[in-house]
Amino acid sequence: MSAARDKTPILNVQHLTMQFGGLVAINDLSFTAGRTDITALIGPNGAGKTTVFNCITGFYKPTEGMIALTHDDGHRFLLERLDDHVIARSARVARTFQNIRLFGGMTVLENLMVAQHNTLMHASRFTFAGLLGLSGFKKAEKEAVERATHWLDKIQLVERADDPAADLPYGAQRRLEIARAMCMNPLLLCLDEPAAGLNPKESDQLNQLLLDIRDEEQIAILLIEHDMSVVMGISDHIAVLDYGRKISYGTPEFVRSDPHVIAAYLGVEDEEVA
Amino acid sequence: MAVPGTELSTRLPGALKDAAIAAFIALALFVFLIGIRTVDAAGVFPLRARPWLLAVFVGAIFTGRLALNLFWWNGSETSGTLAKALAPVTGLAERSARWLAPALIAFAAFLPFMPFADRYVLDVSIMVLTYIMLGWGLNVVVGLAGLLDLGYVAFYAVGAYSYALIATHFGLSFWVSLPLAGLLAALWGIILGFPVLRLRGDYLAIVTLAFGEMIRIILINWYSLTNGPDGISRIPRPSFFGLQLTRNGEPSFHEYFGLTYSPLQRITYLFYIILALALLTNFVTKRLRNLPIGRAWEALREDEIACRSLGINTRNTKLTAFAIGAMFGGFAGSFFATRQGFISPESFTFIESAIILAIVVLGGMGSQIGVVVAAVVMIGGFELFRELEQFRMLMFGAAMVAIMIWRPRGLITAREPSVYLKEKKPVSADLVQEGHG
Repeated sequence: MSAARDKTPILNVQHLTMQFGGLVAINDLSFTAGRTDITALIGPNGAGKTTVFNCITGFYKPTEGMIALTHDDGHRFLLERLDDHVIARSARVARTFQNIRLFGGMTVLENLMVAQHNTLMHASRFTFAGLLGLSGFKKAEKEAVERATHWLDKIQLVERADDPAADLPYGAQRRLEIARAMCMNPLLLCLDEPAAGLNPKESDQLNQLLLDIRDEEQIAILLIEHDMSVVMGISDHIAVLDYGRKISYGTPEFVRSDPHVIAAYLGVEDEEVA
Repeated sequence: MAVPGTELSTRLPGALKDAAIAAFIALALFVFLIGIRTVDAAGVFPLRARPWLLAVFVGAIFTGRLALNLFWWNGSETSGTLAKALAPVTGLAERSARWLAPALIAFAAFLPFMPFADRYVLDVSIMVLTYIMLGWGLNVVVGLAGLLDLGYVAFYAVGAYSYALIATHFGLSFWVSLPLAGLLAALWGIILGFPVLRLRGDYLAIVTLAFGEMIRIILINWYSLTNGPDGISRIPRPSFFGLQLTRNGEPSFHEYFGLTYSPLQRITYLFYIILALALLTNFVTKRLRNLPIGRAWEALREDEIACRSLGINTRNTKLTAFAIGAMFGGFAGSFFATRQGFISPESFTFIESAIILAIVVLGGMGSQIGVVVAAVVMIGGFELFRELEQFRMLMFGAAMVAIMIWRPRGLITAREPSVYLKEKKPVSADLVQEGHG
């Protein structure tokens, strides 16, 4: 890990609470994510990890709390107030889904083109210039294809660019979803269980891909993961959730030996945890 | 059903059972249709039972089905073989799409000069082209964006009434009113689109259906503006660069070009107008499909949540689909008004929406050529079977059922990608989503 990496927090979550009726899914959660760090959210099933993601990306409106995302130029976005598509477009937060959500009936390349919708939409002057076939749009489209090809190269799927996304094997679909998110040119990439269902070799490739993204693109990655080889291998910081509360936060080494975490995962008598 | 190659005797029980079931269904169906006959007599209306005729029918079905089971169907899956038998035909249609489209356009362009092109043929062609245009317009909403719209006829009506009212009240010509009518229809597309944005699937279908009916009811009841059920008559015909295509027009087309007057000239002119409008619709939709907006529509059909996570404003994207679809519906409506010269709410009933939707669904996959084939088959076929009178609807229903069994995703079963890196490979229909609303 290079020492020059920017450690100032890009994402600042303060006192986040999310209630569904009587159910408290997230309870007064606070954490930060570094600008060029990989921050992992872990916890047992039902701990509220995906709910945190849905709050950050605007799919849920949190009951209480603040989610602030600060750009390099100092502009601060309060994500809890913005619509999901505005968060993706203006605040530049990209995400993937636990159950892969690719556009299965569209080709791999088309999936990556849809991710560049707003850039292309602007270049096509909201369709009018594109409809007339003006050259400015042609150029933007060419650049978009180049960008897509760049990411396809990264995930070793250039050969399958013209195949339908639903035809890809599972591991490739996971990688494609990450590539699609990266085509948005995000500052914060939220990955919901990217290693789920991957074999050990694919897991290793994923680790390398995420480290490459962090180091080359200089962006923050927020990661939900159960696969500890991924979490412990690449995370800079780990936040552990249990029943919607943060029970531990720190480096992988710290979290690994934290008795609270061990208790939450393995189940220990209450008095032993103190 | 029996296994091929087995002895007749071992297949007999199964065949008997199948034939008995068929005979029972026939009995249930025919007991009222054939078994009972009303006799026309003065004052009274007695029923006469015809058990023997019924028995003959049911018996014929029993023996026929038994024979089919024993000697014809050697136990193989029947629908499977039929689909296989049809595969070369439909496969050819898909492969030939490249030259089929230009060939069809060329055929359409020369149609009025063909020897068989009499007034009837031209009238039917104009009708088919109108439905093709409507199909292409609705294809944006249903085929691309995956929003099930059962009230498309509303925009057709808005276009028709817009032109009729503008032309009769302000005296504007067809060519000036046409874009205005299109814009008004698009505006109504947005107005009707807004409340249904959050609805999906069945709910969207019901609300759009209601909007279609609402427009018609408003047209009937707003007597002071629309003249209610009496409709609007004497709607001006389109002019050819200021030349009138009527016998006594001033200046008139036939005098200017030194021709003898024939009503066919006007029909031919109308034919070319709708051909041009339909081709414009096709050109614009095809173009839109390869633009970011078109890809966003298709992405919306595939997965709305993923769209939102990619920064696509799904509200605006849906509204543009509604607006553009409505605009083409409005153009088609204006044309309908100017062609008929008279419109009334009668012309804009739910059955119109259903026919247009059926064309789009039959065509399949948001395919443009599929819409053409479906419109020709449905509207042209409907005309062709005019002699069958009341059985026409039955034929129509049977054809729909047959197609839905063998081609559940429509005639065209592949989606053409909007952009490609090396080669354009069609995407199989099995992978493409139908949209959730």
